[in-house]
Amino acid sequence: MTFELTFWWLLAIKLAVAAAVVPVIGMVIGYAEMKLSAHMQSRVGPYFAGGRFGWAQLIADGVKFIQKEDIIPDEADRPVFKWAPALVMLGTMALLVIVPLHPSSRYGIVRDLEVGIFYALAISSVSTIGVLMAGWSSANKYSMIGGLRAAGQLIAYELPLVLATVGVVIQAGTMSMQGIVSAQVAQGWPFVLTQFIGFAIFMIATLAELTRLPFDMPIAESELVMGYVTEYSGFRFLFFFLAEFANMFSMSVIAATLFLGGYGLWGINPDTLLSPIILFAKVGILVFLMIWLRWTLPRLREDQLQTLAWKWLIPISIVNIIVTAVLKVVL
Amino acid sequence: MTFSEWIVEPVNWAFLAMAIPMVIAALRVVTSRNVVHAALFLVLALAASAGLFILLSAEFVAWVLVLVYIGAVVVLFLFGIMITRAPIGRETNLSHDTRWPAAAAALGVFAVTFWLINAVTEQMGGFGDPLPAVGRATATGILGEGFINTYLIPFEAVGFVLLAALIGGITLARKDLTPAEEDEGARV
Repeated sequence: MTFELTFWWLLAIKLAVAAAVVPVIGMVIGYAEMKLSAHMQSRVGPYFAGGRFGWAQLIADGVKFIQKEDIIPDEADRPVFKWAPALVMLGTMALLVIVPLHPSSRYGIVRDLEVGIFYALAISSVSTIGVLMAGWSSANKYSMIGGLRAAGQLIAYELPLVLATVGVVIQAGTMSMQGIVSAQVAQGWPFVLTQFIGFAIFMIATLAELTRLPFDMPIAESELVMGYVTEYSGFRFLFFFLAEFANMFSMSVIAATLFLGGYGLWGINPDTLLSPIILFAKVGILVFLMIWLRWTLPRLREDQLQTLAWKWLIPISIVNIIVTAVLKVVL
Repeated sequence: MTFSEWIVEPVNWAFLAMAIPMVIAALRVVTSRNVVHAALFLVLALAASAGLFILLSAEFVAWVLVLVYIGAVVVLFLFGIMITRAPIGRETNLSHDTRWPAAAAALGVFAVTFWLINAVTEQMGGFGDPLPAVGRATATGILGEGFINTYLIPFEAVGFVLLAALIGGITLARKDLTPAEEDEGARV
């Protein structure tokens, strides 16, 4: 009986940690985005909040969002409107389950699943439903168009995202996140060296899945106000906002794990407490890359977006899979 | 096994916690007065059936259900509904005249499938241990080997049938245009 008790306590603690991690990550990355974009545009960005460097800007924003009125349009479909942000958040939080922080599973956030990467891709696709629900239930034409664009985009880019990971799975011979990391630690070099095409496709598809520039047509401010989040305010808006940044984190964790060797680094014993720091450093580099691309590239047109996915990324990733599989058998 | 013996097993509570919402959601898919709500109830029903697969230690199948059906098929449904016509609120003309024959046909399909599975498993010596290896997922590798080695021909045959069904569906749904209409379409 004591065992079961510890299991439930552990479950409660892990849930609390996961619930706390999402806003913290969201705020850290949100702040980084504000500051970096400001400096890229020769501005200073947040400056006053918190005394120095405006470090408390996002905390102030969060408090502001929470105390704002929760407005639901009269014409809106209330239950669907209310559940949409929760579903988007569900996809985000469930991704944190498989983050491999350390070779010992005791330090993982929850556990190492045998279907690892496949689980991550499956559960992240649930967010699409949330986006469509938000777009439809808002009873607003901008929201509707934004939701439709998001659906078209997420369907198109989910395929290259999934296909790009297959090369790594073939090379590692497992889908478990821990297994993929230990395969890279064992061979001494990360998969990005052999799977560079897969890595590039994965990062492009990730940007599209996160609906960030240059793929932000679903929320294109100059055309659609704010796309599917137009009618959301206060706490529910905060959910979409945090989910985007937390998703940046979890997709970067997946990319770092699959292609950059996760917590492993040349010459460093992975069985120390340095491992999570190494992983977070790699994630930081990838997040910086995403922010950098966002403030550098202009928005694609809708037809260019679909052409890129269906005519370029998907065929290239299929060729990549075939070549990897043949080489795996031959070598 | 009596019901009171059955109900004390925690695994069976989990089964009920997923099966009951699943049945309710499945009924709401066909009784809902709004197409979008119907599609969303379908998501709930599929999610619950994924949960049932997890209960059976078939982790990979469960996530395939989520990725393919929730993540792609229902999203396409919703996309199709919304891009054509998706009013908010109740609709009056959703129920089809032939709903009772359709219900009878659905029950018939259920009965035949149920009988078939029962008959086949009896020939193979009945269902095995009802819950093999609780807590240990079926290895994905075993599934893959099964598909590509042991059951390659049935697998390809199913793929062929699905492809044929797809082409058949397109042929049925497609409206052939007259040359004049095609010309007009080209100009638009």
